[in-house]
Amino acid sequence: MGAAVSSSPARPGGLWLAFSKNRLSWVGLALLAIIIIVAIFAPLIAPYDPLEQNIVARLEPPSAEFLLGTDSYGRDVLSRLIYGTRISLTVGFIAILIAMTIGSMIGILAGYVGGVFDQIVMGLLDVMLSFPTLLLGLMIAAMLGASLENLIIAIAITEIAPFARIARAPTISLKQRDFVEAGRALGFGPVRIMGVHILPNMISDVVVMSSLWMASAIRTEASLSFIGLGVPPPTPTWGSMIREGFENILDAWWLAVFPSLAILLTVLALNLLGDALRDAIDPKLRAE
Amino acid sequence: MIRYAIKRLLLAIPTLFVMLTAIFVLVRLVPGDAAAVILGDQASEASLRALRTTLGLDQPVYMQYLSFIGDVLTGDLGRSLSSGRSVGQEVLLVLPYTIELTLAAIVIGVALGLPLGIATAVRRNGWVDYAGRLISLVGLSFPAFVSGILLLIVFAIQLGWFPVLNSGSSGDPIERLRNLALPAFNLGIIMMAYVVRVTRSSMLGVLGEDYIRTARAKGVRPGRLVIRHALRNGLIPIITVVGLYFGTLIGNSVLTEIIFNRPGLGKLILGALNARDYTLLQGLMIIFAICVIAVNTLTDLAYGLVDPRVKYK
Repeated sequence: MGAAVSSSPARPGGLWLAFSKNRLSWVGLALLAIIIIVAIFAPLIAPYDPLEQNIVARLEPPSAEFLLGTDSYGRDVLSRLIYGTRISLTVGFIAILIAMTIGSMIGILAGYVGGVFDQIVMGLLDVMLSFPTLLLGLMIAAMLGASLENLIIAIAITEIAPFARIARAPTISLKQRDFVEAGRALGFGPVRIMGVHILPNMISDVVVMSSLWMASAIRTEASLSFIGLGVPPPTPTWGSMIREGFENILDAWWLAVFPSLAILLTVLALNLLGDALRDAIDPKLRAE
Repeated sequence: MIRYAIKRLLLAIPTLFVMLTAIFVLVRLVPGDAAAVILGDQASEASLRALRTTLGLDQPVYMQYLSFIGDVLTGDLGRSLSSGRSVGQEVLLVLPYTIELTLAAIVIGVALGLPLGIATAVRRNGWVDYAGRLISLVGLSFPAFVSGILLLIVFAIQLGWFPVLNSGSSGDPIERLRNLALPAFNLGIIMMAYVVRVTRSSMLGVLGEDYIRTARAKGVRPGRLVIRHALRNGLIPIITVVGLYFGTLIGNSVLTEIIFNRPGLGKLILGALNARDYTLLQGLMIIFAICVIAVNTLTDLAYGLVDPRVKYK
């Protein structure tokens, strides 16, 4: 992501400078790096098999043997937490990638075509934006049925509108620039102008925002899993772990608390990073 | 102003239609035969056919669409498949609880967020600013059910200050407040996080204006400067955020109601979901859509009222 941002021709080194000066952004980056490493090397790090049930060790509190305790099937909470990282990051990443692709295409098209088409598209996006993300995701996931693919689709749909908005604004200013005019004079078709001349010049704006919306996507995934619309059991996901923990909240607090902290840390890391990146590309804030 | 208001209201009509159409399509996304999904595998062919007739699924799609729009326009949102009550009745039964919760959350959010937001802007880059920004970022990062569970464990289970099982409907006002406290605080801190951020950036913008420097040069005291001169002009974006946050608030209230076992729209949705009560779900979606559009329109109107420049756009 860093490479894509700093190679943008419209914004030279200043972006990186502004980003690296912000201390909180480093905290976010470090946290995120740790979380990604945990997800990739889950089988090496996890002390137990996340699916292995152990009838004699049910609802054990945190101890030297089970660092974060065990759940009502005797499964190790720490191992499930580690594997859960994979689901959260995968769903968040793929959903955002889909939303970013579709959203950017809609935004560029609306901005480039302009006129009535633009007004209609933006009106629709406003409606989508104002509908609560969680409810929209909940409705779509409920209608499609609970599975990993449907979860990703539902979350991707809820995140399309903000990407389209972000992609549209720079498109409108870019299409009046000389190099676009020159391309048109040379007889390039609109698809080529949008894809080759406009997209590379605004992609950094879109990519930068994606970490903020990935935070939102992960939050939605956890919420849907908590409600019971996520990846079906026995696959460990943070949201469904909290759901199980919530059912045992009076006698096993650790079941709900640790996955809660995991979600909080992941979302916070992405928000810290996203905030710093957004401040860095905002010339108003950078100048100060 | 009246012309602006009329224009804004007229704009809400196509929006509503698009929203209704989207809901119609969404409900028909249920894979396979909706009647079979609702009744389960064991249902007899006769009962399946009866349900299809009740739901109008035996009609062609365009007829279904027309009667759907017609029903909504005449205020008929359908009947719950599980309770048999009309969707309107179902909603009215629980609406007071949700309104009570959201209003309390807005009050808490603004009461905590506004002063903190002003403090972060006035003491920019000081420790208050850093602490305030971090608090608001943590608040934004909490999914509502995560913060709810942590509050429940600490204040209800460990400290025992508040009831774990929420009765919600208690007649005793003190008991009612005790029931409301934790869920309202849970939603309130998320609201606060939004208010702090917007207040900060809005106040930073206003504090840099020339008229603030003029006022300061004239010797206006700092407290008066911030409240009378800066805050009044920085208030517009804050109002908008409270309006825009309404949607998020409703979404989060679903999770909060589940955690604190409070009756309300959230529990109603979850119940409909578990019972595969698609007519109730569809009706609830329509009601949410109407609410969101109404709040958006009202926010825009309030905007026009506070800032005369808006209506000339």
